[in-house]
Amino acid sequence: MISEQIQEDPLVVALVERFGAAIESGTSQFDQTILYVSAANIVEVCEFLRAEHTFNRLSSVTALDWYPQEPRFEIVYLLHSVKEASRLRIKVRLPGENPTIDSVTSVWAGANWYEREVFDLFGVTFTHHPDLRRIMMPEGWEGHPLRKDFPIHGHKYDYSGGNS
Amino acid sequence: METAIESTRKMTLNMGPQHPSTHGVLRVLLELDGETVIKAEPEIGYLHTGIEKQCEVLTYSQVIPLTDRVDYLANLSNNLCYCLAVEKLLGIEPPPRAVWTRVMLTELTRINSHLVWLGTHALDLGAMSMFFYATRDREELLKIFEMFSGQRLMTSYFRIGGLALDHPRGGLDAVKKFIEMIPSKIDEYESLLDNNPIWKNRTIGVGVVPVETMLAMGITGPMIRAAGIPWDARKDEPYSGYQNFEFDVPTRTENDVYARYRVRMEEMRQSVRIMAQALEGMPEGPYQADAPKVVLPQREKMKTQMEALIYHFKIVTEGVRVPAGEVYQVIESPRGELGYYVVSDGTSKPFRVHMRTPSFGNIQGLGMMCEGGLIADTIASMGSMDFVLGDTDR
Repeated sequence: MISEQIQEDPLVVALVERFGAAIESGTSQFDQTILYVSAANIVEVCEFLRAEHTFNRLSSVTALDWYPQEPRFEIVYLLHSVKEASRLRIKVRLPGENPTIDSVTSVWAGANWYEREVFDLFGVTFTHHPDLRRIMMPEGWEGHPLRKDFPIHGHKYDYSGGNS
Repeated sequence: METAIESTRKMTLNMGPQHPSTHGVLRVLLELDGETVIKAEPEIGYLHTGIEKQCEVLTYSQVIPLTDRVDYLANLSNNLCYCLAVEKLLGIEPPPRAVWTRVMLTELTRINSHLVWLGTHALDLGAMSMFFYATRDREELLKIFEMFSGQRLMTSYFRIGGLALDHPRGGLDAVKKFIEMIPSKIDEYESLLDNNPIWKNRTIGVGVVPVETMLAMGITGPMIRAAGIPWDARKDEPYSGYQNFEFDVPTRTENDVYARYRVRMEEMRQSVRIMAQALEGMPEGPYQADAPKVVLPQREKMKTQMEALIYHFKIVTEGVRVPAGEVYQVIESPRGELGYYVVSDGTSKPFRVHMRTPSFGNIQGLGMMCEGGLIADTIASMGSMDFVLGDTDR
């Protein structure tokens, strides 16, 4: 369901024409366009936006954890076109059980660290990522701190490389 | 005697996490062939403090002091970006006096950050006196921060809906004195470096990366402008009334360490220009928005009006309820694109605050910038990025 505010938007029209049902829904908040894309098509959609529109930058990738709701995760891609000075937010819903999505590093090389961060802090796996390992937390850390069911205090950590 | 070296052996050098030129705790794994860097791999996370997680258990106003801690050299930029994002969600507008003051002090923050960058960058490359000069002049600027907010470093001066306090007595005079003083000092710095043969040898032609790669890697700010792209959020996506100010976006095309130095020096001059306009047009009037459910009431009113007392009690005990929604607010911090992605679920605590910090994106490009150069060039390239590790790791 694409909300009325952005139905006429040429970018949204082009995307729906090209990808059809893969563009699941769309809204606009504070003049910022948000599009939900199905997880299977994320790389194609991003490649289309980069190559045929002017989104030459990926500002950031982050995630939201709607625990205990399902689908639990939302991966958020913040796109930016320097030429047009416009921005677009692509979101993908992922289930809480084994959340996996294709990496967009083939589209923007800079997605590398952002995806590593989401992997580290939310526990979302990015397939075809060149170097998927923790970036913020130590190597032996267990758990993913930005998940809503991760405690804010009282997490024990022994400094020998793992936590218990 | 015969010594034959058949093949050179590659060496891996661990630069950091404790190294004077990393300005914080950054570790760079260098693979070396003699003096040449074959591969440089930055490792971050040593300063990860979980600020984004902490934001989720605090009320919207309690988050403001945390935003200072993200980047200790651009604290007001972080305050501003967060406040703008929450104000958008709440649908409130700060009054003109607050907007003008915010612009004035955020530009002062830019000069603050650039002065520290100039001092430390030059120090890394052997020009020690620059550090003394830059620190000397930054002291005057920190006194202004202290006058306005009571703090030299962690200012937390902006509030959702305006400012924490009105201008202090003599505050604007101090700003005026500072912007009269600093242009001559910038000239002085340039007279020491612009034609300095050592400085030029160390910086010209160093750290060049194709501009499209820089964009794809997430490098922003003065580095992109030194590569010829006049992208500045203050012009392209104006926020906080920047459209009312006249200033230029300095660019260079050389895309090397020297060009970045030139861009930042020019940016300081433009900041002075903006501050002069802000001082001149500083509006009178309230410094906080007229939004009783969001902004804490004046102390005087609380003593005489029951509503004010009730609002005060509600705001302090419950916090401000922010309508459900999400917003991505971008500003131009001294280091580049600073973005706050704030998601509200309708309660008085943010559901998620994601900080898109410029240093994170910039450091990601460090490897490419150093590869193929000498170890000494790595120091120059790193300095030209002007990263803050707290800003990277959060």
